[in-house]
Amino acid sequence: MEQPGPGSDDTIIRVENLEHLYGDFRAVDGISFTVKKGEIFSFLGPNGAGKSTAINILITLLSLQKGTATIAGYDVTTDAQKVRESIGIVFQDITLDRDMTVWELLEFHGRLYDMPVKERRERIDELLILVQLEAKRNELSKRLSGGMKRRLEIARGLMTRPKVLFLDEPTIGLDPQTRMRMWEYIKNVNREGTTIFLTTHYMDEADQLSDRISIIDHGKIIISGTSDELKNTLGRDLIYLDTDNNGNAMKLLEQVPSVREITAKGNRIALMVNEDGTKVLPGIIDTLRNAGIEISTINLKKPTMDDVFVFYTGSELRDEGQAPARQIFLRGGR
Amino acid sequence: MGYGFLTVYWRDMIRFFRFKTLLISSLLQPALWLAFFGIAMSSNFDRLMAGMPVPEGAYAVGYLTFMGAGIIAMTTLFTSLFSGIVILFDKNWGLMREILASPVNRNHIIVGIAMSGVTKSFIQAIIIMAFGILIGAAFFAGYTPVQIVIGVLGVLAFVAMFALGFLFLSAAIAISMESPEGLQGVMTLLTMPIFFASNALYPIDTFPEALRIISAYNPMTMLINGIRYFAIGPDFYALGQHYLFTPGEVLLSFLGLVLFSAIMFTLAWWRFRRAVVT
Repeated sequence: MEQPGPGSDDTIIRVENLEHLYGDFRAVDGISFTVKKGEIFSFLGPNGAGKSTAINILITLLSLQKGTATIAGYDVTTDAQKVRESIGIVFQDITLDRDMTVWELLEFHGRLYDMPVKERRERIDELLILVQLEAKRNELSKRLSGGMKRRLEIARGLMTRPKVLFLDEPTIGLDPQTRMRMWEYIKNVNREGTTIFLTTHYMDEADQLSDRISIIDHGKIIISGTSDELKNTLGRDLIYLDTDNNGNAMKLLEQVPSVREITAKGNRIALMVNEDGTKVLPGIIDTLRNAGIEISTINLKKPTMDDVFVFYTGSELRDEGQAPARQIFLRGGR
Repeated sequence: MGYGFLTVYWRDMIRFFRFKTLLISSLLQPALWLAFFGIAMSSNFDRLMAGMPVPEGAYAVGYLTFMGAGIIAMTTLFTSLFSGIVILFDKNWGLMREILASPVNRNHIIVGIAMSGVTKSFIQAIIIMAFGILIGAAFFAGYTPVQIVIGVLGVLAFVAMFALGFLFLSAAIAISMESPEGLQGVMTLLTMPIFFASNALYPIDTFPEALRIISAYNPMTMLINGIRYFAIGPDFYALGQHYLFTPGEVLLSFLGLVLFSAIMFTLAWWRFRRAVVT
């Protein structure tokens, strides 16, 4: 959660007060963050949160309107060329020529970046082994499966040994098994020293892969931290309750000392508790019973990334068209 | 980034030779024009013209020879104009984002595409000339080997300059458009007047005044003048018309094409600079 001070050597991406408007629409609304050398950093947010706009500014495909952004010490506006030479990109949509072979696509990329012949040929061999596509070397890209295409794109992003690899929704549209294997590849790449910046709307992806996560919604970073830090903000345990009078129940439960925050979600109440939930639960039940409130269901669980995401963005998926309807009752100063 | 355009060229050529059906049909189509339209029309025109006297000692060429130059021009026009489609596909589903996010200067993209377009047009022009001669067109008739070499180079120089102009135009339109269908529509709309308001298939001297002026400034007419000058000769009769080109007029046509290409390059450069593909 803490950010390294200016001038600290291990910062590889530094973004300050970045803003981007499409007409009147604020796609990116003043975000600031830093990414440290060697880490896997995620932007987690619903579709339309501004993740892709932010990433497109960082990779110099969109021009920066307001704020500053530097990558590997180069300013994306004044040193765009240097930025481009320092990064690798895997785009959200597949960007392969269907009618070129795996080898040709990598060769093309190496040539685009002016890599010397010997170096680029060696690098292709190396990368094909890394992403396990040696056998597909001379296959046209249209004959590859979705997962193979993604791996090929990752290999392409790594051709020039970039300092930072940008992955925009790297596992979108892939089946669960392929996704998990993809995560392994990404972790391997990171282990070899490449900093990874990824955007995703999958909680498990952010949770499993990232060293640090920024949850982004409506163009703003809502909270940043490691997966554990984010989960800890929701207290030690979560208790979900459904009663015949949720309004009164919430007022009563505010008085219980170990309850940190109460939120209403649909027809359920979510309690964040600071102590072991199993010990708090009997007290809660008693309190409600004594007030004559009937409990119909109780659920106790450890906070997951899903809970964090839902708590901070107010909805599970923007796609479902659910308005962010949440009420937060804050206790203490937060 | 000195050689970015060569990379773009290399990739385009891979695609050109990979699609065998497309490759063969693109080479076969002009030949079929010559073989069917050319032979059919020339058998009629030549019969009609038989009654028209050609001055003593003048050099008369048949219709096949006359329209053969037009077919070279037509093929160049179509190939160049439709070359933009690959840019559109690249933009929507292909490599354009990769290229735009790379350190390669955007002008190199335009230059690379232009080079591959010119190469394709060269291949087509040479095949049409060879096939034309095979079925009886009097290209380079009575030329010495040196004159033939000069003639072929002259034709190719005109073809290149004309192709560049329309390649740039096509690239500029393609990078600005969203759908292949829309692009196809615009291109078809463009080819019609450019092809028919030219001297490809008939002389323009008998056109109504307004159409004649448009045709005279049509880059297509300039190209065809150049091709006829180099492939047929500076002084010949066809369809009862006397064609006489001075080197000055031919140079003027060439400069007209240079100007046209320069304007189109500026247009393409401007569109590419502003292109945002995300």
